[in-house]
Amino acid sequence: MYPVKYHKPNTIDDAVAALAAGEEAMVLAGGQTLLATMKQHLASPSDLVDIRGIDGMVGACIDGDTLVIGAATTHAEVAGSAVVRKHCPGLAALAGNIGDPAVRNMGTIGGSLANNDPAACYPSAMLALGATIVTNTRQISADDYFQGMFATALEEGEIITSVRVDAPAKAAYAKFAQPASLFALVGVFVADGPHGVRVAVTGAGDDGVFRHAGLEAALASDWSAGALDSVDVSEDGLISDIHGSADYRAHLIKVMAKRAVAAA
Amino acid sequence: MSSGIGKSVKRKEDKRFITGKGRYTDDHRMDNQAYAAFVRSSHAHARVKGIDASAAREMPGVIDVLDGHQLTADGIGNIICGWAITSKDGSPMNMGAWSALATEKVRYVGDAVAVVIAETQSQARIAAEAVEVDYEELPVVAHVAKAGAEGAPQIHDNAPGNLIYDWELGDEAATDKGLAEAAHVTTLDVTQNRLSPNPMEPRSAIATYDDAEEHYTLYTTSQNPHVARLVLSAFYNVAPEHKLRVIAPDVGGGFGAKIYIYPEEITCLWASMKTNRSIKWTSDRGEAFMTDAHARDHVTTAKMGFDSDGKITGFKIDTIANLGAYMSLFSSSVPTYLYAPLMSGQYQMENIYCNVKAYYTNTVPVDAYRGAGRPEATYLVERMMETAAREMGMDPAELRRRNFITEFPHQTPVLMQYDAGDFHTILDKAQKAADVAGFPARKAEAASRGKLRGLGYSTFIEACGLAPSKAAGSLGAGVGLWESAEVRVNPVGTVEILTGSHSHGQGHETTFAQIVADRFDIPVENVQIVHGDTDKVQFGMGTYGSRSAPVGMSAVVKAMDKVEAKVRKIAAHTLEASEDDIVIEGGQVKVAGTDKAMAWHEVGLAAYIAHNLPDGMEPGLKETAFFDPVNFSFPSGAFICEVEVDPETGHTEVVNFTSADDFGTIINPMIVEGQVHGGVTQGIGQALLEQVIYDEDGQLLTGSYMDYTMPRAADVPFFSVQHHETPSPNNPLGVKGCGEAGAIGAPPAVINAITDAIGTNDLAMPATPLAVWRALQAASKPIAAE
Repeated sequence: MYPVKYHKPNTIDDAVAALAAGEEAMVLAGGQTLLATMKQHLASPSDLVDIRGIDGMVGACIDGDTLVIGAATTHAEVAGSAVVRKHCPGLAALAGNIGDPAVRNMGTIGGSLANNDPAACYPSAMLALGATIVTNTRQISADDYFQGMFATALEEGEIITSVRVDAPAKAAYAKFAQPASLFALVGVFVADGPHGVRVAVTGAGDDGVFRHAGLEAALASDWSAGALDSVDVSEDGLISDIHGSADYRAHLIKVMAKRAVAAA
Repeated sequence: MSSGIGKSVKRKEDKRFITGKGRYTDDHRMDNQAYAAFVRSSHAHARVKGIDASAAREMPGVIDVLDGHQLTADGIGNIICGWAITSKDGSPMNMGAWSALATEKVRYVGDAVAVVIAETQSQARIAAEAVEVDYEELPVVAHVAKAGAEGAPQIHDNAPGNLIYDWELGDEAATDKGLAEAAHVTTLDVTQNRLSPNPMEPRSAIATYDDAEEHYTLYTTSQNPHVARLVLSAFYNVAPEHKLRVIAPDVGGGFGAKIYIYPEEITCLWASMKTNRSIKWTSDRGEAFMTDAHARDHVTTAKMGFDSDGKITGFKIDTIANLGAYMSLFSSSVPTYLYAPLMSGQYQMENIYCNVKAYYTNTVPVDAYRGAGRPEATYLVERMMETAAREMGMDPAELRRRNFITEFPHQTPVLMQYDAGDFHTILDKAQKAADVAGFPARKAEAASRGKLRGLGYSTFIEACGLAPSKAAGSLGAGVGLWESAEVRVNPVGTVEILTGSHSHGQGHETTFAQIVADRFDIPVENVQIVHGDTDKVQFGMGTYGSRSAPVGMSAVVKAMDKVEAKVRKIAAHTLEASEDDIVIEGGQVKVAGTDKAMAWHEVGLAAYIAHNLPDGMEPGLKETAFFDPVNFSFPSGAFICEVEVDPETGHTEVVNFTSADDFGTIINPMIVEGQVHGGVTQGIGQALLEQVIYDEDGQLLTGSYMDYTMPRAADVPFFSVQHHETPSPNNPLGVKGCGEAGAIGAPPAVINAITDAIGTNDLAMPATPLAVWRALQAASKPIAAE
């Protein structure tokens, strides 16, 4: 690993200042991708600004009918949170099945969303639930936030502080794990809530997480696994790699969508 | 006796391992220690036109940058393969030159071209990235199926067509006749997926040069430190043997990958002399994937003929084997003498012919890995039996039974003479434990949940206890494969065993102590095992090929025989009795039928005090023995695997796995069970999960755990482990070796179960969800989600 300067600010303002001061400073929000990348010399930030010590960045609460989850809340904390389990059990279940216990106890929801790995689980939930990504400067709707593989609407120096999720009537996630990494080879999040019936797919798209109009239309008219039988899932724009071809991923999207509906 | 042979004694070494007190190579720290980082080729095949280290030399902490031209100029020799294979036309194998640091050409991604020595590991690695190598890229051949093709890129000048050897075993004419006369012939194409060994502890080395004594010390992750010293001395000219000490301290797994002497150890030793610093290098996981010797990687076509009663009439095998860019230490023997002689399996066969062509490719060298040749043979034989049974409409267990060998010793047509076995009984045990009779009901229940359930067999035999030296020598081995032991009884009666075997997870500190405790009837705590240091232990051959029990322990037994003879003489003399009346039991050396006795430790003390020894007897109580086996040992087993396949996703779950093994005499059932668990898990890994993939440019696509799937605990069921002991007549304990059986026997059992479940034989390893889904599609099975 290249030499790096470590900061652990207590306030968001200090964090923003540290990010601005560093030559190539990066936010550290659990480090489950960033630290491995740095060890391989594929990233070389000058400074790491660890946001896990900032007041109010950890934990989940309910604000009216809206779940608010701090950006530095670990996957294990989301999975175990009583409020998340009550108001959006599908999201808690998703968090409880990310990676392995070591990853779940270090990785955070904000870190996952800022990285926007095309095979990460959380982006599909945020998109399907119509969540709002809250940063130190603004609120971004999930529809605007995800902008392709590892690309987001975040601007330089902008830090995610929390996410806001309007509690859905029904929601669930089904993942078929890539066997080595345990990331999603295909993950499908289905939701029926204040933002309508939405289906978001992760792990499969050439351009990262995406919504599937055909699956959404079918479920909007008939919320049942059987309603998806007639939907055509095209392999266009899907990833082909050593773990799964595009046609296999297309097939799995439908299988996982049906399983998610059955679980919701 | 509570801690003797056959008792599940808790492992003596585990206290330090599970409390973090193990001392692995990387845990050691020398005075004046510096770090090495290797500059590695990013091309699979290229000419090295120049190396510019000027920028790297100016970087913080850098002590020196050394390259292959300097190494060669200092007389460091090329890396060798120690087993000479002769092609069927009588010509020797074509061994290409392998310098620890490449000079003219690089031949795989990861090939080292220079080494940076710096004050810290981080400084060394950062500076290594600043070394500029001018490469002229050459065309690449990364896959063995293409290595021998017309116009394939030439990797070594002295190996035309990249062919290393074209070797055969058996009688081709008789086999062709047997096949021609067969009532049924089964043809099968199989591939052996390429594996990466992945021991938990990565390779590591610390080399120290003492310029006053002109003496080198090497701490390294070796399964055979004496062999390492011999090769480093005799072939690589690092130092004469008496000026080189090799220490393999606690080693965290080997599986074969730590048998060989790699470029890094050689370079660290040489660099320690060049810089007069202790040089440490520890592989990271990425380097391990890139540079540890890989395994398997065969492509095979085979035919097996049967008469109308289902008896085998002939077995003909054509294999091409990938040995990678260079020939690693024992690479040549793996697809030849560790492979073809196992083709008779547990079956009566008169006619076998096996042809093996080995090729160079632009990939990391391939060598032995848990099972080494025997998994490849077993996979072929056992998939052949299962496939043939299905084609002939027979029960696969019945087809096997009709062909089982029942009398021992048994001479096969492919060199081996099986020592002992009882194949019907072990299959009976496996079938009973697996409740084969209840399978149809379980299959129906699974179908009600939408799952396809299948059952597969593997009844296998392997050759362990490597190896009778004379026989190995006649087949091309460059070394003898005996083992040594020294038994030291201390003046207080405690015992030290110095063994040439090396424990890197196997539990020798417990099992070797058990055979001493059993023999002298003393507490197992009073026995200490010393191994892994060429300055402490007499020359020994190390641990691989499940040889520590059949060969290593046998040497201990021979040495104990000598100790016991002397103990009897001393006791008879002291107690004024006949040697024949002396018995050793209960911590005493007694005169049978009397109350005359010496405590065990009193005999030890008498030997060293030497005030009252028989006339002419030398003082002391310490004996050495070398044991050279007269034959291999032949563990055999019957495995039954049950799987459930999810037809919607192609995912396979191993739901039941039953093993019935014949390891001969069992020293410690708990440790043997652990070996079976680990071996079967690696076998399931090969069958379902693991695969090294190089692309057409020779780039490694599976260079981390993000893409290379190791089996996890959740990927395997609770195992049912059965035993049946038919002692080997060829060693004093009757042991056969248990380290590799699981990895050898499991893969065909798993694949036979999946192919049974999905109703098609056309499935290659690893049976990933994608592969199984494709096979299901090809077989036009209905897929529920569609």
